[in-house]
Amino acid sequence: MSGARSRGPVAVTRRDLLKFGAAGVAGLTGASVLELARGSSVLGANDARPNPEPSSPHTGMSHEGMGVVGATVPDDRYDPRVFLTHFDYGRLESLPGGGTRRSWEIVAIDREIEIAPGVFFPAWTYNGQVPGPTLRCTEGDLLRVDFINAGSHPHTIHFHGQHPPEMDGFEPIVRPGERFVYEFEAKPFGMHLYHCHTPPLKRHLHKGLYGVFIVDPPEGRPPANEMVMVMNAFDTNFDGENEVYAVNTVAFCYNHIPIDIPVRQPCRLYVANFTEFDLINSFHLHAAMFRVLRTGTTLESGELTDTLMMCQGERHILEFELEHPGLHMFHAHQSEFAELGWMGFFRGLERMA
Amino acid sequence: MNRWGWGLLPVVLLAGLVVMFKVTDPTRPFRAAFPPVEDLTIERVSFPELGKVAVRVVNGGPEPVTVAQVLVDDAFWTFSADPGPTVARLRSATFSLDYPWVEGEPHVIALLTSTGLTFEHEVAVATLSPAANSRYLATFAALGAYAGIVPVLLGLLWYPFLRRVGRQWVRFYLCFTVGLLTFLAVDAAEHVLEAALGVPEGFQGVGLALLGVLGAVVVLRAIGGSGRRRRSERGVPESPLPVAYLVAVGIGLHNFGEGLAIGSAYALGEIALGAFLVIGFMLHNTTEGLAIVAPVARSRPRLRHFAFMGLTAGVPTVIGAWAGGFSFSPTLATFLLALGLGAILQVVGQVARLVTTDRGQHADAPAPSLFSPLNAAGLALGAVVMYATALAVTG
Repeated sequence: MSGARSRGPVAVTRRDLLKFGAAGVAGLTGASVLELARGSSVLGANDARPNPEPSSPHTGMSHEGMGVVGATVPDDRYDPRVFLTHFDYGRLESLPGGGTRRSWEIVAIDREIEIAPGVFFPAWTYNGQVPGPTLRCTEGDLLRVDFINAGSHPHTIHFHGQHPPEMDGFEPIVRPGERFVYEFEAKPFGMHLYHCHTPPLKRHLHKGLYGVFIVDPPEGRPPANEMVMVMNAFDTNFDGENEVYAVNTVAFCYNHIPIDIPVRQPCRLYVANFTEFDLINSFHLHAAMFRVLRTGTTLESGELTDTLMMCQGERHILEFELEHPGLHMFHAHQSEFAELGWMGFFRGLERMA
Repeated sequence: MNRWGWGLLPVVLLAGLVVMFKVTDPTRPFRAAFPPVEDLTIERVSFPELGKVAVRVVNGGPEPVTVAQVLVDDAFWTFSADPGPTVARLRSATFSLDYPWVEGEPHVIALLTSTGLTFEHEVAVATLSPAANSRYLATFAALGAYAGIVPVLLGLLWYPFLRRVGRQWVRFYLCFTVGLLTFLAVDAAEHVLEAALGVPEGFQGVGLALLGVLGAVVVLRAIGGSGRRRRSERGVPESPLPVAYLVAVGIGLHNFGEGLAIGSAYALGEIALGAFLVIGFMLHNTTEGLAIVAPVARSRPRLRHFAFMGLTAGVPTVIGAWAGGFSFSPTLATFLLALGLGAILQVVGQVARLVTTDRGQHADAPAPSLFSPLNAAGLALGAVVMYATALAVTG
């Protein structure tokens, strides 16, 4: 990973629209293109937690030679260290009859992304990033997601959770250049997901159209250092098997630059499994144990463990504290996935810099 | 315009056409949409020392290929690239890794390119690769001698026997030789095509094989033809000795291929297979000695000729074992094996001619047929004996 921290706007810029124009925004009028270009940045304003800054940019946690060579090129759309702690709360409006409405604009874009140093993948993205932005709201909010398909293939957004079937996103299929507005009430509280539901599903998912959708309980959760980890993998040669595994897309990204967290302070990890082709994935934490809030639909956990198995589409909230300072490894307990990129470190610090 | 002008005109126009194609580039509309076709060939994976792996690759595709990452047994592993991770067309590169490989176990190496394609190579049994030091040179020389030189020389000892059989039995053994060589030709063709498949696409394995076959035939025919002309100018009767030498050369080139097989079996860790091959080739190659002496059964060559012919046929086994053990390039192997095939094809014709022109003292007697009952039996037996002794090689 590069040491430079970039936090460019996540939504489409005008330059990109011009770039992708030929591919399928023909259906959009010039006015809406400009509107899109203006109504962009939602990233940054709602960043709840400090981002872990690497103390040295090239810690290079190569484990006995295992690992990748080189560094990824800085990407103005996506940095896994920024993604880790960034929650997109949308545009807020108070409704006349009380309550809140949150709005997002999500644009499907074809984009090449770097998933390991020097390895490029022709992705389909929400807002130019894989995973898509982490959408966050509170139970009972009225949600409005304006979806524009600027990609080359038909797409949708299917949300997990409770909502009217016509807002479920398995239909209508949104053709290139078309848009669709999803509107529903956020419930129940928990950790949910969204992803494209256009057939062939396998390809639409594995190409990168997925993200995390968090519905907070009305009373909120106790304060903690919150992080999002999406387990994903890429079949770079399209043979039905993954070549590169990761959390948050870039292989070994938190290996090369560990995530700094203060010791003896609560941490909350939102973990989702979007790995295609492999039936299960898992999360394993070294030198500490975590409490599991399954699907995040409860406030209390009955389970303390250090290894959690997750099926495709499964997601849980994990809560823990690091007792000791130093490097705490985390990875899939499928050793193969770990050594193919799904591995990283928390660095417990007595005092945050 | 003079003659040369006319001769060069199409070439000059062709150069112009190439330049125009490059400048206007009619393929440009496709280039943006599709990733380039990548074609890397892993030529050799070697284990120079414990904990070290070296992977030699050749780019046989139309565009340069960048190897972004290297995987060993489904794990990313750090590496260094010499001269660099980007391999130009028809160029090679070596990737070196510190990997704790396990003696006697299989390992899979995969190269992941910048576009996400993977190129895999499986090592069936990992073992320390031979280094070119005197100990290994001597070992491989001994293996080659066991498999090639000694058996061929043993086979030459059939000469006194052949001198004591009747004329028709000499023809029988010549036919036996033709059958034997035909079997070797088919066997060689199989090995040539097998090696050609491992050649990077840009080097056109099959085309290269054809060059080798034709090259050997043309060169051997030219040599044989000029020898015959010189003798007939000097009024010397045609001697069968050159044919015997040709047989020795053809078998020598063939044995080079056998040496390659032995050497690379050891280098690739198939030690048991290597020992098995040596014993098989011993049986196989002794019969080849008979093929060399059959053409000269009724002349009396000097002893040194036997020694030369034996070494011509046998020593290439040692050279092949060295080449196979230390650096095995499928491209070079294809060409050399094809040379062997061409030589054998040429020799088959020469020996067959010895049979059909053998009219004895009666110049007006009908030419003997390759397919008289006895001769046909010789042909068949030659092939059958080769088949049977080859069973010892292939198991």
